[in-house]
Amino acid sequence: MYSASDLKKGLKIEIDGAPWQITEFEFCKPGKGTALYRCRMKNMITGIGMEKTYRPTDKIDEPNIEEREMYYSYFDGQNYVFSDPTTYEEMSVDPAVLGDKAYFLIEESLCNFVIYNDEPIEITLPTFIEKEIVETEPGVRGDTATNVTKPAKIDNGFEIQVPLFINQGDIVKIDTRTGAYAERVSKA
Amino acid sequence: MSTQTLLRNLRTRSALLRAVRDFFYAGEFLEIETPVKIPAPAPEEYIESVTAGNGEFLRTSPELAMKELLSLGVEKMFQIGSAFRAGEFGRKHREEFTILEYYAAGWDYKQLADFTARMMAFAAKQVIGRTDFDFDGRHFDLANVEYITVDEAFRKYAGVSAFDADKDDSFDELMVLKVEPQLGKEGITFLCDYPAKRASLSRLSKNNPLVAERWEVYVGGIELGNAFGELTDGVEQRKRFAEALAFRASQGMLAYPEPAAFYAALDRGLPDSSGCAVGFDRLTMLITGSTDISEVRFG
Repeated sequence: MYSASDLKKGLKIEIDGAPWQITEFEFCKPGKGTALYRCRMKNMITGIGMEKTYRPTDKIDEPNIEEREMYYSYFDGQNYVFSDPTTYEEMSVDPAVLGDKAYFLIEESLCNFVIYNDEPIEITLPTFIEKEIVETEPGVRGDTATNVTKPAKIDNGFEIQVPLFINQGDIVKIDTRTGAYAERVSKA
Repeated sequence: MSTQTLLRNLRTRSALLRAVRDFFYAGEFLEIETPVKIPAPAPEEYIESVTAGNGEFLRTSPELAMKELLSLGVEKMFQIGSAFRAGEFGRKHREEFTILEYYAAGWDYKQLADFTARMMAFAAKQVIGRTDFDFDGRHFDLANVEYITVDEAFRKYAGVSAFDADKDDSFDELMVLKVEPQLGKEGITFLCDYPAKRASLSRLSKNNPLVAERWEVYVGGIELGNAFGELTDGVEQRKRFAEALAFRASQGMLAYPEPAAFYAALDRGLPDSSGCAVGFDRLTMLITGSTDISEVRFG
């Protein structure tokens, strides 16, 4: 249990069986009145935001949350399977938890897991990964502008936007947080 | 925040201290100092004292001591000094902060409000050369003064009467979330006449005993000060303090001894008077355009 005076930005709490993270926090005290702890928070599973105000006597549940590193092993046809780097214990992850990030999984890459009641709710991939472009319109030589883009497919068929000078067979760096092209690593 | 910003703000703070002192001296107020370490803080429900060892406390405000001086015949006085409130920390709060507290015998709480508005406008003019300034993206002029009762403000901004809010225990939440952000939008707002239950150390209004002669002053949604038409009735004051102490005990809060010297002052007799406490750090925040108290005080 947390007491209200533990509340601060970044703290993870549990309300009605759901995990929330505090995104904004303000200590308030109307003259002669009770102290109030004003929190804006985000549901860690749905991403929905809300505001809630606590009094000093309020008790707040602590979520059973664990953070650990796991590396990506394989896709078993239904789920993505990750392994613990020391115990090799495996954990299956529903594709819905990963969303489009699943396209940026690379075998053996270490990912950061947030686990709530033994279920992964948030998986953070390495910020940058490298992928080969397997399909795109031929590059426009000499056009080094990066603000004009064209579609390109990576090996698993996922489409990203790349600058015009990128060719099929090039290796590019992708930002896994946004799915955006970052830079060319090597030419075909 | 850069050191440069802090040093610039400390220079403004120094000028503000001087301007405020000038105003009080011109009004023939006596500048006084009272002990910071005291045997008993005012028994208030939600104000937490810092303990000082040997059963003593750091003052949460100089109120009781200054009222002792009122009872001894000091008629107009002010004090600028540190006060301490345990557990208060935020953009507008520090456990240790600077309070500007003043009393005038023979003045009613409305006179004190008018005086307070003139004091703030004078100080701004001395320090920045004018009464208007920008703060947190909005423009304010301390020459604009508005009065609104607590009940009017609750009906207007929270859609409920202040008395009903008090009954269903939503008063403080509505005050912070709905009412305060609407106060002092262009200048100074005096929020007047608190429900009698929230009289604290103020006397009830003769015209309407449902409310107390108490106001709080706001600029830009920030509470700058609290004032009372002082309660001088020793029996009533003892009763309120006993209730506050019983409430604190029921909540398992720190026990405060009875303020014996203050009771003696009440028995000696307090003159009809009004008094106000202004958060000096917050006043400095406004004048310097700082939205965090750490920008206007060292440490």
